[in-house]
Amino acid sequence: MKFLVFVKQIPDPDIPPAQFRIDTEKNTVAPPQGSSPAVSTYDELAVEAALRLRDDVGGEVTVVSLNNNPVMNVIKKPLAMGSDNLILLQDDAFEGGDAMTTARVLAAAAKKVEFDLILCGRQAGDWDNGQVGSYVAEMLGVPIVINSGKLEVNGDKIRVERTTKDGRDIIESPFPTIITAGDEIGVARYPKLRDIMAAGRKQPEVWNAQDLGLDPSKVGDAGALTKVNRLYLEEKSSQVEMIEADTPAEAGEQLAMKLRDLKVI
Amino acid sequence: MASGVLIFGEFADGAIAGVTGELLGVGRKLADSLGEELTAAFIGDGIAQDASGAFPMGADKVYVVDDPSLRLYQSESYADVAEKVLKQVDPNIVVMGTSTMGRDLAPKLACRLETGLAMDCLELSAVPETKGLIANRPVFGGKAMAEVDCGSVRPSMATVRLKSQEALDPDSSRSGEVVKVDAGLDPSIAKSIIVDSVQVEVEGVRLEDARIVIGGGRGIGSIENWGKLEELAGIMSGAVGSTRGACDEGYCELDTQLGITSKTVAPELYMAVGISGASQHMSGVAFSKFIIAINKDAEAPIFRHSLYGVVGRWEDILPAFQAKVQELVSE
Repeated sequence: MKFLVFVKQIPDPDIPPAQFRIDTEKNTVAPPQGSSPAVSTYDELAVEAALRLRDDVGGEVTVVSLNNNPVMNVIKKPLAMGSDNLILLQDDAFEGGDAMTTARVLAAAAKKVEFDLILCGRQAGDWDNGQVGSYVAEMLGVPIVINSGKLEVNGDKIRVERTTKDGRDIIESPFPTIITAGDEIGVARYPKLRDIMAAGRKQPEVWNAQDLGLDPSKVGDAGALTKVNRLYLEEKSSQVEMIEADTPAEAGEQLAMKLRDLKVI
Repeated sequence: MASGVLIFGEFADGAIAGVTGELLGVGRKLADSLGEELTAAFIGDGIAQDASGAFPMGADKVYVVDDPSLRLYQSESYADVAEKVLKQVDPNIVVMGTSTMGRDLAPKLACRLETGLAMDCLELSAVPETKGLIANRPVFGGKAMAEVDCGSVRPSMATVRLKSQEALDPDSSRSGEVVKVDAGLDPSIAKSIIVDSVQVEVEGVRLEDARIVIGGGRGIGSIENWGKLEELAGIMSGAVGSTRGACDEGYCELDTQLGITSKTVAPELYMAVGISGASQHMSGVAFSKFIIAINKDAEAPIFRHSLYGVVGRWEDILPAFQAKVQELVSE
């Protein structure tokens, strides 16, 4: 089977809130010194899910990423995890896009290669949109199952487990189809040193707008439908009253009394 | 000529679901600022009778697609009928909940209409001059907020985070016209199909409905200790929620996780025990009426969100707290 996984490089998702700064000119994150970007967490889970399925039924995992400035050892992590190929989508025309323009580029790349199953994270850890997978599905005219957990190939369909508010659903979708990975995929594997070295030697394929037959007015800033007016930090004025007591037990009792005062209990 | 605001309401267990009131609350505000109508649309099976319940909650008009084939959410079928309703209503703004339905349906519709969509928003406002939509939404795992202009194509679209919007006080004197739309579905368009649905019986109070939620983090330390939180929740008639860290450690089930990509709760009281207060998690509990916290680290971000805080080991504080609570509730 042919698996295609969309991954995105994002600023380090583990920057502590106290060090989280914004470049208000560019409406982007100003990462602290020494922090390295990462593959978005859910996209890593999508890679993991693809690798498990490939190990199960055989085939090839191709990773696709849209990024004009990738950090090579970051964007090659899916290769080090065990993916077979990496395709980078790069063009100045892709700068400044939104979910829709990203999906247009990714959908064009998907049309250029054969695939049975596309996987990507349920949302990227930067803009938290959760739109791109669904947009690509619509553009390609294939079904989608979002926020998936455990996956299994069942003949000409993929079988998806998804947690609901009071239990779980089993959903089947016929190939070709798109799945977005949620928390319940589990934990992504750590690449072995040997595989990191091997991935470092692999050359990614690079495609631009022309290779993909894309109209420059439909991608990047020119094609974007939405615009971020402002990226900002919420002022959180702390009004906490710390309960001081001689012993932890007394503090506990006082806390309970506060709840009575609030009429919560 | 596009006009008005359209919300897609939801039913749960045969009645109008809570999210519908929240959507009508924000929808009313948007419609009034444009001086236009608010329409509520419902898709489902056996819902035509009860859909008029949207009028007291703020709707001017109600659209219903009632068909046995729409009993369960099905991606392609719902997208098809929602698109049909949307074209008939022709609104300036469309709002849904960031629910299981909204997460799937909203981007599909936005793509079909090639229009701007903002997901999981906390605040929406309409621009009277352009009839456009401005959305404020958490980004970067809740560490920052973005103000997004949903663009010039109409309708503009958004989903709002569950429990982030306030419902109106019901006004039973309100009424309006109910328009029925024929589903007219071709069954062969349904591709991704729910083949099995397993309900897990919840003991005690359901997390989403609980008036009091006790949250436990990685700091709880073991499955045995997790039982203590459950015992306390039992006494307080509450439910236990968790962080990603606690789930990763296997202390609790994944369906108890609270946060930006998991469940959102808005109880009267959220009591965070051994939770540092990462943005990802706080996004899921931010609309609680009161937050209190116990944490051994005086610098933990959780205290910045809290009304009351106690610094110390939860193991030392909770027993006396629990005893006092027991005494107070049995009075």
